[in-house]
Amino acid sequence: MRGTFVVIGLLMSILAQATPVNPVEMPNDTLKARYYDLIAELRCPQCLNTNLAGSDAMIAQNLRETVRRLLLEGKTDAEIRTFLFERYGDFILYDPRWTPQTWLLWGTPFLFAVLGLWIWFRINQRSYQGPKALDPEEQDKLKQLLDKG
Amino acid sequence: MSKPSVLIPIVVFAALVALLGFGFRLSDPRLLPSENLGEPIPAFQLPNLLTGRLMTEADLTGEPFLLNVWATWCPSCVAEHDALTAIHTQYGVKIIGVNYNDDVDAARRWLEQLGDPYAFHVVDAEGTLAVDLGVYGAPETFVVNAEGTILYRHVGVVTEGVYQDTLATYLAQDSMGGS
Repeated sequence: MRGTFVVIGLLMSILAQATPVNPVEMPNDTLKARYYDLIAELRCPQCLNTNLAGSDAMIAQNLRETVRRLLLEGKTDAEIRTFLFERYGDFILYDPRWTPQTWLLWGTPFLFAVLGLWIWFRINQRSYQGPKALDPEEQDKLKQLLDKG
Repeated sequence: MSKPSVLIPIVVFAALVALLGFGFRLSDPRLLPSENLGEPIPAFQLPNLLTGRLMTEADLTGEPFLLNVWATWCPSCVAEHDALTAIHTQYGVKIIGVNYNDDVDAARRWLEQLGDPYAFHVVDAEGTLAVDLGVYGAPETFVVNAEGTILYRHVGVVTEGVYQDTLATYLAQDSMGGS
């Protein structure tokens, strides 16, 4: 029984380590490196959270081939990103552009931090205002209390 | 502290819950934005599935039509095939097929068995037209007007309900605005 678990555990560790290999024919190593970088950084449109390199989806295969073709045509990395962005939109970029939406996403936490600091200062200001002189009415009250004693 | 200030955190919390709940429901994360609405059908040169003749985007213009991306390896395409046949026979809609990443012989057999409601099919064996269309799975269906401009894109299976609710509206919109 225990042996079975060990075997299953070992098999699972193999699965966990298996990284998809996408063998590709490229005329030189620079192009090859750029190919692997691009398919690692672009997201598979069919999958929610897998890059082009890691997906078996039909479209990921097509897009890997597209990246290869564009590299061979001499396109720059930026041109290839634009090519895919024009067809698949922001979804395909794992490194998102700055848009009003992403500004909101990144900016909101800082906005809340500033807001929190402001509220904190306000509360501190209100609760501690230093020693304060008694007004005449309070002085009367104090006098009465002291006289009683 | 007075009462209104006690309410503030509760109100803020409720607003946040409402905002997040709305945001999560608003968008299906599987649905990609359609980048080519209002743009012409991309240029292509692909063979006709049945005749082998080379076809281009110029062969698509003339009347509004549905451009349907399908494949024999796509299970939901079988279900969709009946609906497309019904839409073609009942409403006389022109449907053009893009046979996507498929085995050509399997595709021909499939049409022999299930019938062929399409005007014609182009063979996109490498997925080049599909990539240019921004397709990310099959089936996908585009509503295209007589000038070859993409008006609408439907991801997933077309049913008669989808046709009546949305596709028909876009096809009709075209005949009013077009030539």
